[in-house]
Amino acid sequence: MSKPKAGFNWFASCGGCEEAVVDLHEAILDVVAAVDIVFWPCAMDFKKDDVRAMRDGEMDVCFINGAIRTSEEEEIAHLLRRKTKIVIAFGSCSHMGGIPGLGNLFTRDEILEHDFTQSFSVVNPEKTYPQEVTKVPEGEVELPRFLDYVRSLNQVIDVDYYLPGCPPPVALLRNAVQAVLSGELPPRGTVLAPDKALCQECPRLDSKPDDLAITEFKRPQEIIIDEEKCLLAQGLLCLGPATRSGCGAPCVNGNMPCTGCLGPTSRVKDYGLSTMTVFASLFESKDEKEIDELVDKIVDPVGSFNRYSLPSTFLHRKANV
Amino acid sequence: MSDAAAFEPRIVAFFCNWCTYTAADLTGVSRMAYEPNVRVIRVMCSGRIDPEFILAALREGADGVLIGGCHPGDCHYIEGNYKMLRRYRLLLKYLRAMGVDERRVRLEWIAASEGDKVQRVVNELTWTIRELGPLALPVMPQPEGAGASEESALAEANA
Repeated sequence: MSKPKAGFNWFASCGGCEEAVVDLHEAILDVVAAVDIVFWPCAMDFKKDDVRAMRDGEMDVCFINGAIRTSEEEEIAHLLRRKTKIVIAFGSCSHMGGIPGLGNLFTRDEILEHDFTQSFSVVNPEKTYPQEVTKVPEGEVELPRFLDYVRSLNQVIDVDYYLPGCPPPVALLRNAVQAVLSGELPPRGTVLAPDKALCQECPRLDSKPDDLAITEFKRPQEIIIDEEKCLLAQGLLCLGPATRSGCGAPCVNGNMPCTGCLGPTSRVKDYGLSTMTVFASLFESKDEKEIDELVDKIVDPVGSFNRYSLPSTFLHRKANV
Repeated sequence: MSDAAAFEPRIVAFFCNWCTYTAADLTGVSRMAYEPNVRVIRVMCSGRIDPEFILAALREGADGVLIGGCHPGDCHYIEGNYKMLRRYRLLLKYLRAMGVDERRVRLEWIAASEGDKVQRVVNELTWTIRELGPLALPVMPQPEGAGASEESALAEANA
């Protein structure tokens, strides 16, 4: 029997997910021994035509990281879907839109104008913008279209499984590869991580007060953070109560609050709203003015609660008003 | 008649069982007419209302959402209404950041005896949203669905 065929692809993301694959360290040798890697543009020399030449469903599994922002990404996503039996959305951007998803707070024109005329490192008095089609002596050259908004992978193609995280924890990746190889896969659509909140596996759980009441918010740069005590109890916006576990709490172990990269557990539809519910319910005050003062301390609610998930919320993006 | 005049807002109202829902009954029994634009959903307590419900309603086509709970100090479950108040204040900030007019989501304390307040609040919200116009949330195109070849490939993979 021939080895299963696997692919990896990189859309709108920072490349950290590719690092996560390399972070398998020696275990990557087992992966390479067990599968044929037939597509991995980041690490090996494959082109779009190699994928086009495949039969439909020829690839057994494809790990796709990154959100969808350009017309080329959309086209390749559809191509990979057609050629792959099991598509795994790999990492926060692919899963929920990720950091690039925060681009949905701005219009396409605002982003292009900022990046090509106003950004600190840009000098562009003639306001030259990238063109999708440019005539050169040899003919026409094309660039992909920068689409109006960012989408998570499942807003573009059908996704079979999700491997969450920014980047996905290596242990979860190892389990996922094992599950694919053994064929012992959970129901389609499952997020391949434990379905409980991070607080439950947090090393500081014992110091979390039973009757936690929030009286003030502090930002990490404003205080010396106690290395033992529950971060919520220290007034930090730690998203552990609303975020899926499975990461081993590296941020908390690094003395920083959870920012929610693994997304929600299975029963939540909108991660940011659900997280806001958790926090707002814990405010101690019953007075509208005091509550507003506390709310004012959350400078950027969208960036705080939907840092990795804006496109996958009910609103998807900022309304153009 | 212009298009704006033809627009009739769809409003989803979440009323708590003990105060506002009872008040809405009183409004009806007292034959106080109000704008027919609300669809009332009864919940046991305003504290049961998650901002997810509110945004889900807006996403599914509501132009506005009304939340009715017991007056401060009167909650049947001691402090569910305070939980709603805190979520509501935070939600408003989120809505502002997301470009949704906060006047579309209104929280009111309405006691069981205040049938006239149900009438007034429903009317006011309906008129406000009639002026604001339909809530046109940006739509994200969804995947067209797997074609036949993928379906069979998947069935194979899962077999």
